[in-house]
Amino acid sequence: MLSSAGNILLTGSILFTFLIIYLSFQNLREKNFKIGKDLVYLSVFQITFIIASFILLTFGFVFSDFSLLAVYQNSHTSKPIFYKIAGVWGNHEGSLLLWINIMVIFSYLFLVFNNKSNKSYSLYTLLVQNILILGFLIFLISSSNPFFKILPVPLEGLGLNPILQDPALVIHPPLLYLGFVGSSIYFSAAMGAILSNIEGKNFASSIKTWVLISWSFQSLGIIFGSIWAYYELGWGGFWFWDPVENASLIPWFCMTALAHSVLVLEKRNYLYNWVLILSLITFISSVTGTFLVRSGILNSVHTFANDPSRGLYILIFLSLMIGFSFVIFIKRRISDKFYVEPLSKETFILSNNWFMMFYLATVFIGTVYPIFTQVLYDTKISVGPPFYNAVIAPVIIPFLIFMALGPKINWIKQKYDGLKSFILILILSCFINFLIFFFFKSYNFISNLIIISSLFLIIHSAKDFILKAKTKLHFNFSSFLSHIGFGFLIFFIILNHNFSKEFDLNIKVGETKKMGNMEIKFNNLKIEERENYNAVIGYFNIFDSEKKYQKRLNPEIRVYENPQTLTFESSIITNLKQDLYLTMSNLDGSEFYNIKFQIKPFMLWIWFAALLTASGGLVRIFIKK
Amino acid sequence: MKISFLKIISAFLILFTILIFFLALFVDKRYSTETIVGKQIDNFEIKFLLSNRTFKKNDLSKDQYHLINIWASWCLPCKKEHPTLMNLKKEKNLSLIGINFKDKKLNASGFLKELGNPYDISLIDKNGTSSIMFGVYGVPESILIDKKHNIVLKFIGPLSTKDYKTILKLINEK
Repeated sequence: MLSSAGNILLTGSILFTFLIIYLSFQNLREKNFKIGKDLVYLSVFQITFIIASFILLTFGFVFSDFSLLAVYQNSHTSKPIFYKIAGVWGNHEGSLLLWINIMVIFSYLFLVFNNKSNKSYSLYTLLVQNILILGFLIFLISSSNPFFKILPVPLEGLGLNPILQDPALVIHPPLLYLGFVGSSIYFSAAMGAILSNIEGKNFASSIKTWVLISWSFQSLGIIFGSIWAYYELGWGGFWFWDPVENASLIPWFCMTALAHSVLVLEKRNYLYNWVLILSLITFISSVTGTFLVRSGILNSVHTFANDPSRGLYILIFLSLMIGFSFVIFIKRRISDKFYVEPLSKETFILSNNWFMMFYLATVFIGTVYPIFTQVLYDTKISVGPPFYNAVIAPVIIPFLIFMALGPKINWIKQKYDGLKSFILILILSCFINFLIFFFFKSYNFISNLIIISSLFLIIHSAKDFILKAKTKLHFNFSSFLSHIGFGFLIFFIILNHNFSKEFDLNIKVGETKKMGNMEIKFNNLKIEERENYNAVIGYFNIFDSEKKYQKRLNPEIRVYENPQTLTFESSIITNLKQDLYLTMSNLDGSEFYNIKFQIKPFMLWIWFAALLTASGGLVRIFIKK
Repeated sequence: MKISFLKIISAFLILFTILIFFLALFVDKRYSTETIVGKQIDNFEIKFLLSNRTFKKNDLSKDQYHLINIWASWCLPCKKEHPTLMNLKKEKNLSLIGINFKDKKLNASGFLKELGNPYDISLIDKNGTSSIMFGVYGVPESILIDKKHNIVLKFIGPLSTKDYKTILKLINEK
C-alpha cells in the first residue's frame, strides 16, 4: 500500500519535472515579460508531491512498515521513535530522497523569490535545476527506490547501524544536505546567467543569499559531524582528514570563496567569470564527493553499500554536468576586464579566494591521490593527517593575518593608516603567546606562529568592533562574527593539539594504575539491559594528585542485537577548561580491558568558536543592512 | 591562442580524472592478502629487535625455507600458536623470522623470555608499516618462503596443527 502510494508520488514528481522543463522551453520562446502562471502551479505540484513522498517514507519508518525494503534494512520495531525518524536518511535510498527534496524546495523558493529578475534568467535557472532534479529522480527510481517492496513482508527489520543512533547524527545529514545540495541552485543560476547573458551585478545579488544559506548549513553540518565523530568513534579526535570529511570540506572551500567574491561582483562588477566558475564547481565538487562516498571507491563510515552500478550512474551524471557546464561556459565567454588596487577590499577578498583554492587543491589531491595510485600502479597508499598538517598549517598564518585586515579596508582604494595599530596588536599577540609558552608548555615554531596570527585576528577584530561601536558607523557584524570565531577556532585547536595528553593501558577490575600524577582505578563492571541493547559499564575513578581532583567516568561497551554489533561509548566529563575522555574495549579471552584515557583541553571552546563562525552567515541572512 | 591552450589542458585534466574514477569503480576493493602467494618476495628492510642493524631481503639464505611470523606480546592468539612455533624451531630446513608488530620492545622481550624464543632472527616493526608489504592486516600471520624466495603459503591467524603438518610436508619435499 505504502509502496504503491510512494511510487505514484515519485512518478508524479517525474511527470511534473518533465512538464516544467518542457514549459520552460516554451516560455522562453514567448515574448512576454513574465513567467507563465502554469509554471508556478506546476512547481507547487512538484514540491507537494516530492514532500509528500518524503513524509510517506517517514511514516513507513515510524510505523515500521517492513514491506518497504529500505525500512526492513534500516529499522527495527524496538528502536526509539527518534531514531526511527533518523533512519529515513540513515541509508542510501532515503538520503537520496532527502537530497531531491532539498533540490526541489530550493528550486521552488528561487522561483518565488526571484520573480522580479530577468525572465529568461529565471527560466533558464528553473530549466537547468529541473534537469538536475530529473537526473536524480531517475537515479532514485531506477536503482535506489526507497519504496521498493518486498514479499512476503518480514516480521522484523534488520535495524539501523548503532553508531548512527545518535542525536548529533540525526541532524548532521539534513544540515549538510542543505549545504551542498543547496549549492545546486547557484549552479543552475550560473548556467542561467550565462545562457541569458544577464549582468554580473544582478547575478551576484540574486545568488548572494543562497550562497550564505548553503555556506551556513554546510558549516553547521560539518561541525555536527565532527562533534559526533568526537564522542562516538572513540578516538578522541574531532577531525581525521578522512576522505569523507574531505568530501564535505571541498565544497565548503568553494562556498567560502564564493561568499566573498560574490560581494566583489555585486559592489564593483568585477570577477564575473570567476564567480561563475565558483558557482559551477561548488555543486560539481558536491556531486564528486557524493560519487566518491556512495560508489564505495573510498572506504569509510559513510559507505552505504558497494554498488558499482550506482557509482556508474552518478559518474555519468557528473560527467554530463561537467561537460555541459564547461562547454556552455567556454562558448559564451563573458568578457571580464578589471583592475584592482593592491590596497583595497577587492584585493583582500581575492586573497581569501587564493587561500581557499590552495586548500581546495591540497585536500582534493590528498583525497583522490590514493585512487590514482590504485588504478595506475595497483598500489595502496593512504594520505593522512601528516600530509595535510604539513601543507595546510603554515599557510594558515598569512591567511589569518589577511583575515584580520580585510574587513577594515575600504572598497576601491585606500591609504593604509593602520600601521601603528598593526604593530601594536602584533606585539600584544606575541606577548600573549610568550606567556602561554612560558607558563604552560613549549610547542614548536609553527604552532607559535599560528597562535600569534590567530591572536592577531582575534584582537584586531575585537578592536575594530569596539571602535566602530563608538563611532556608530555601519559595521559588518556578520563578517566580524565569522572572522573572530575563526580566529578563536584556530587558536583553541592549536592549544588543544599541543596540550592534549593520552594514556593507553590494559587494566582489570580492582586494579589501580599510575601515570605521572594521574591515577586510574577500575572499580567495578556492571551489565545493564537497555531499550535495544545491553551495556557493559566500566566504573572508573580518575585522581589527579597534583590538582587534587577526583572524577568518575563510566565508559560503556554496547552490545546491540539488531544488527549484531558492538559499539564503544566514550565517557566524557566536559568543563570550560578541558574534557576528560575515557573509552574502554574488551580484550578477547582476557579479564583485562584496554582503556584509552585522554585529557583534551578547550574542547567546549572549539565547538563554540566553530558555531560562532557558522553563525556569521546566518546573521547576514536574517539581519538586513 | 594561449587561452585555448588552457582550455585544452583543463579539459584533458577533467577527462583524465573522470577516466580514473571510472576505472576505480571496477577495482576489487576487498582487501585480500591471498594475491601475494606465488610471487617473489619484495625487497624489504626491517630493524632487528635487539640491535639497530637492519635485515634485508638479500640477507635471506638460499639453502633454507623461511617462515616469517608476525606477532605481538599483546596478542593472545600469538600465545596460542607459540608451542607450534617452538616445534617448528627444531626443523633444520626451516629458518624462523619473527617480526614483532606494533609493540613495545620491553614487552616483546618479556614475552620471549617467558615462553621461549622460537625465532632464528627477531625483527621489530614498531609502527606496523613494514609488515604491510607482506600483506599483513592482523596478528598473528605467517608467510612461508621457499629457497628461491617465492611466497609459498600464507597463514592468517594462529598456526594450527594442520598448518604445522602442511609446513613440515612442504619443507621436507625434495
